[in-house]
Amino acid sequence: MSKDNTIFIGKNKSFKERNRRSGGYLMKRRIKEISISVIRALLMFGLCFMIISPMISRLSMSLMDEKDLYDTTIVLLPRNITLDNFTAVARATSLPTSMLNTLWISILSSICQVVACTLVAYGFARFEFPLKKFWFACVIALIIIPPQTIQSALYRTFTRFDLFGLITLFNGQPLNIRKSLWPYLMMCLTCMGLKDGLYIYMLRQYFKNVPESLEEAAYVDGCGTMHTFLKIMMPDAVPIIASCFLFSFVWQWTDLFYSRNFLSGYKLYAPELSSITDRIADELSKMAGTPVTPSAGRSLQLISIGVLFCCIPLIILYCFTQRTFVESLAMTGSKE
Amino acid sequence: MSKKNRKYREHWYSGITEAFQMFFPGSKIYHTIPARRARTGVLFILPFIIGFLAFMVKPLAVSLQMSFSRYIINTGEMTYNGIYNYNYAFNTDPDFNKMLVDEISRMAINVIATLVMSFVIAVILNQKFKGRILCRIIFFLPVILSSGVLPGIETNSSSLNLLNSMSEAMGDSSGVNIAASIEDLLQVSGVGQGVFDVVFQMINSIYDIVMASGIQIIVFLSGLQSISPSLYEAADVEGCSAWESFWKITFPMVSPLLLVNCIYTIIDFFMKNNNQVMEHINNIYMNGVRMDLGIAAAESWIYFAVAIVFIGISAFIISRAVKSYE
Repeated sequence: MSKDNTIFIGKNKSFKERNRRSGGYLMKRRIKEISISVIRALLMFGLCFMIISPMISRLSMSLMDEKDLYDTTIVLLPRNITLDNFTAVARATSLPTSMLNTLWISILSSICQVVACTLVAYGFARFEFPLKKFWFACVIALIIIPPQTIQSALYRTFTRFDLFGLITLFNGQPLNIRKSLWPYLMMCLTCMGLKDGLYIYMLRQYFKNVPESLEEAAYVDGCGTMHTFLKIMMPDAVPIIASCFLFSFVWQWTDLFYSRNFLSGYKLYAPELSSITDRIADELSKMAGTPVTPSAGRSLQLISIGVLFCCIPLIILYCFTQRTFVESLAMTGSKE
Repeated sequence: MSKKNRKYREHWYSGITEAFQMFFPGSKIYHTIPARRARTGVLFILPFIIGFLAFMVKPLAVSLQMSFSRYIINTGEMTYNGIYNYNYAFNTDPDFNKMLVDEISRMAINVIATLVMSFVIAVILNQKFKGRILCRIIFFLPVILSSGVLPGIETNSSSLNLLNSMSEAMGDSSGVNIAASIEDLLQVSGVGQGVFDVVFQMINSIYDIVMASGIQIIVFLSGLQSISPSLYEAADVEGCSAWESFWKITFPMVSPLLLVNCIYTIIDFFMKNNNQVMEHINNIYMNGVRMDLGIAAAESWIYFAVAIVFIGISAFIISRAVKSYE
């Protein structure tokens, strides 16, 4: 076909001309494209706004003075800005201590979880051994069984902790270690911590996708199993391990279940936050001498500030590491 | 190695015996490469085996036993009393039945809505437009913002349903409530009441749904990105419209992920903190008047059984449905 023919319909002609030549098709397509992108933009904006708006309203509410809360003319921008609320909440949740405790316990437990889960996942991905299918079914069961089912039994196990009757033998009676850090550390090191089944699954999925020839080459060159694992597999797996670490850190940070049951000896932020209104009420009552409860708006405000304290470090962390979060999940492929 | 020994090694418990033999030197160890690999593999997953037996199987057994007995926390004694606890949960406990049914129906709707929603969002995010990365960042944010204590903390706090009363007050003061008036209009129009109830429930809980679909979006998105573009090209050449290629290519290619996502959503929903049943069980257990762990154990077993049944049914349905595409 020559250049003047239908394929290059008037390259330098105006849109109107080209539209006329194409019999209205161009116009139709253009309208369709624009309307799709407008609808998409509206939808995306709406949904994104919906996700963010609670944080915005919390932020503005946290700065308000108490009388601003009941002023219907104020929606987002506070009239009387005050920072007293922050100090009140910080006092009620014993902030520096609880935050620091949460930080180091989260880091410690995440490290334990990730180390244990990586080892187990590698074992599942690369080795053939009897009962492998059965144990992997157990991993799936671990994901499915809600920890609340075994809550009371674990409680009992750790209030009367006994290692095959050894402790009773030496000590005369079983130990009560529920308030110490050990129960949770033990659980983390043996892959029974918060959502560990999920991490095992993710990491196994990743290790399965790595070509086996890499390791075979290492074996041929005389590398031992552990050495191969540490020197060949680990360096490539750093991103996914990092993302597992981040997940477990974030979830541990906000976790209520394990903190309330097994870490009750330490002041952690999440349990403090969950009972914040009661604490404020106690404090007010102590000051007034009679039982006082904070008003509805006021306690809502205090809770929002508590949530802000909890979220802001996580959001900052997420802003810097969102690539690790998102892309590792994509990397696992998660297709069976 | 003799033939007899080789046969013995292939027995189902040989891995365990080998692992056992490793720790007790003097007994016979097989030196073939597969045997050694098997030993190493068992060693690698040993933490999991120990943990699973000590902190999952044993407590599960204890809690099952507990659910059939009366357990007082202060003295720590356990006496068998048959199915009293289950009987109590179903017949005497004023809230449990109602909460369970409520939660299940809410979950059934929410799971479907979450799957649809996350799939739609993933498809949109897979297209190229400005601000796509920002959107992706924001949609993943709920994974952080709705974990642990955070969801429902405002509604669960001790001073009764603050948020509800507040928002109701707001709704009254703002005069025209568009959603409510549309609801009224549609209900007058005379189409089945039940259908609208479900739809409105979905619309009302759209915030919860979006907050619950962070991970699912990413999983779907990774599935979408793994579809090779040449498939679409071929379809385009053959004269497929975008709509057709969506149903003939995109959906079948991603549908295996439906199962993973569905199970994840159900589990996530069952373990959420703002779940009424969970809260109820926790209350009995932590600060209830009765402090009767037996009842808490029985109720959580019922709950767990329901969850398993639910996961089983949905897995069955989805695996059937997905197979028909292949």
